[in-house]
Amino acid sequence: MSRRPYTPKVVAANDLLKGDAVWLTANDSWTRNMCEAELIEDEAIAEDRLIFAIGQGNIVVGAYLVDARPGENGPEPTHFREAFRTRGPSNYPHGKQVES
Amino acid sequence: MYHYNDFDEAFVRERVAQFRGQVERRIDGSLTEDEFKPLRLMNGLYLQLHAYMLRVAIPYGTLNSRQMRQLAMIADRWDKGYGHFTTRQNIQYNWPELKDVPDMLEALADVEMHAIQTSGNTIRNVTADHFAGAAADEIADPRPIAELIRQWSTDHPEFQFLPRKFKIAVTGSPNDRAVTKAHDIGLRMVRNDAGEPGFEVVVGGGLGRTPMIGQVIREFVPQSDLLPYLEAIVNVYNLLGRRDNKYKARIKITVAENGMDTIREKVEAQFERLKSDFGGFDQELLARIEHSFVAPDFRTAGLEKFNSARASNPAFRAWTDTNLSEHRHDEHAIVTVSIKAHGATPGDATSEQMRVLADLAERLGYDEIRISHEQNVILPHVHKSDLPEVYATLRDHGLATANVGLISDIIACPGMDYCALATARSIPIAQEIATRFDELKLEHEIGQLKIKISGCINACGHHHVGHIGILGLDRAGVENYQITLGGDGTETAAIGERAGPGFSAEEIVPAIERLIDAYLAHREGPEEAFLQTYRRLGMAPFKAALYPEKEQSRAA
Ligand code: SF4
Repeated sequence: MSRRPYTPKVVAANDLLKGDAVWLTANDSWTRNMCEAELIEDEAIAEDRLIFAIGQGNIVVGAYLVDARPGENGPEPTHFREAFRTRGPSNYPHGKQVES
Repeated sequence: MYHYNDFDEAFVRERVAQFRGQVERRIDGSLTEDEFKPLRLMNGLYLQLHAYMLRVAIPYGTLNSRQMRQLAMIADRWDKGYGHFTTRQNIQYNWPELKDVPDMLEALADVEMHAIQTSGNTIRNVTADHFAGAAADEIADPRPIAELIRQWSTDHPEFQFLPRKFKIAVTGSPNDRAVTKAHDIGLRMVRNDAGEPGFEVVVGGGLGRTPMIGQVIREFVPQSDLLPYLEAIVNVYNLLGRRDNKYKARIKITVAENGMDTIREKVEAQFERLKSDFGGFDQELLARIEHSFVAPDFRTAGLEKFNSARASNPAFRAWTDTNLSEHRHDEHAIVTVSIKAHGATPGDATSEQMRVLADLAERLGYDEIRISHEQNVILPHVHKSDLPEVYATLRDHGLATANVGLISDIIACPGMDYCALATARSIPIAQEIATRFDELKLEHEIGQLKIKISGCINACGHHHVGHIGILGLDRAGVENYQITLGGDGTETAAIGERAGPGFSAEEIVPAIERLIDAYLAHREGPEEAFLQTYRRLGMAPFKAALYPEKEQSRAA
């Protein structure tokens, strides 16, 4: 019996000062562009990276793991909620869709 | 208008100063998020999908022009030039940065406003009929009582850690515009046989996961006993309410699990103990508060201007037909300013619109403004001869939409465009419905209809009491919208009934259209509103319209 394949993850959080969505990169920094995040394909590593992120409480708030898939330019969200977090609200041109 | 006394002023300033220190300590790393989060929530600061959100209380929905201008200033200076009015008579700023929030709170304190107890398991902003002090059908202005409750509940040491949040609404009219039966406590002003003022007290209403219509706990509590009686209810809830399961923690569940008779008995016993403690001080306070709410000196100026404008300007006439309500003074009208232009975000007002409304209130509205739980802005006292000018000014600023009470006057919560708890978006659905029915030019033919949309089961958009309710859910990673029918938030309150399986974001507007077609086909005439047709015919014809495939397969 083979184990179900692990759905790749990225670590997401909100920036402490600005409050917007940020993602953890492979070099331990935080990016406002999910494509630049580290795509984690192994469950144990994901847990490790999450623990690291939670320890970054003076930079970010509320770190959590998000399902993602490899895209042309890097990790992409698979769920609509996380997709909205990469863009901003749909009723005004505010947030990441106009800031990046 | 109530003005802060020295005590209120000192208290609010002190809280701002404390929070300023807390924010500094959070930013410099001396406070962790676990330590800071309860502190920021005590001051109305949430963290949402794209940013922080500051929720500011507008007690009983009342503002003056100075306060409205300050709200506009705050929107411009520290946010993105607009604010969102909510179903609990709050205003939310969607984009503040953490370091700026103490300054925003300071600016609010400058106009006697704050964000205290707009979150947490406390007694939240006390809401009231948005026509309070103006409505023709009113027994008395409910706002002095609401202000008394605000003072009693603010920072009440015993009620800072209730089992769950606690919401109180007050109405002074038999026609309930404050959804009192969907609150933890709903107060309806009544008079007893001797003509003395008092309240019918309703307990255990609420929407959310387990929607319930409140039940009467006591038919008449004399005004002089109200505060100890309320304290007794909250005491009993504080002890009996469940803390082991947050989904069972609201008083509606406490009432359901213990039975109203038990709750009533305990409340009465506690009330007897408490009554003497209050010793009349609350009544002295109330008398002082009442002075702040004396009605303006309504002027008389004749109605010729109003009548001739109505005769000559059809657009003005249409607006007066939908957006005015009967005032207690016959030369005046209550103006509901729709901030639901077709395709706009329900409840959002730009800083410019806020300033226009402030100017109008100051010049032509006795300096009074109200915010309704239906996310509109009210000018409660306008002399009818000033209405043509009010209308023209509103029109110049996109504020003259003649749709109050109609299909495009939709309540929508922020949903997944902002809210971290959301399971789907609500704003775009509201925008699409409003735009579609505007294109069809059917709005006025359809008549009175309340659509209410929530982006999750928490029901901030009051979908359960919408004539048509829409609840956005996440079904296997796709936005899905469930329809309920027959809800009612007034004195004849009812929870809507689920129509059947949900619809995708693409299907929901056509589904609403089919629903409306069915209503138009089945109604007895234009005077029979959607809700009445639903009550007469029940779910069947609407279900058939929503799910035509099923009907066909059954017929085959
Ligand atoms: S109903 Fe849900 S999505 Fe809407 S504002 Fe409330 S918590 Fe957020």
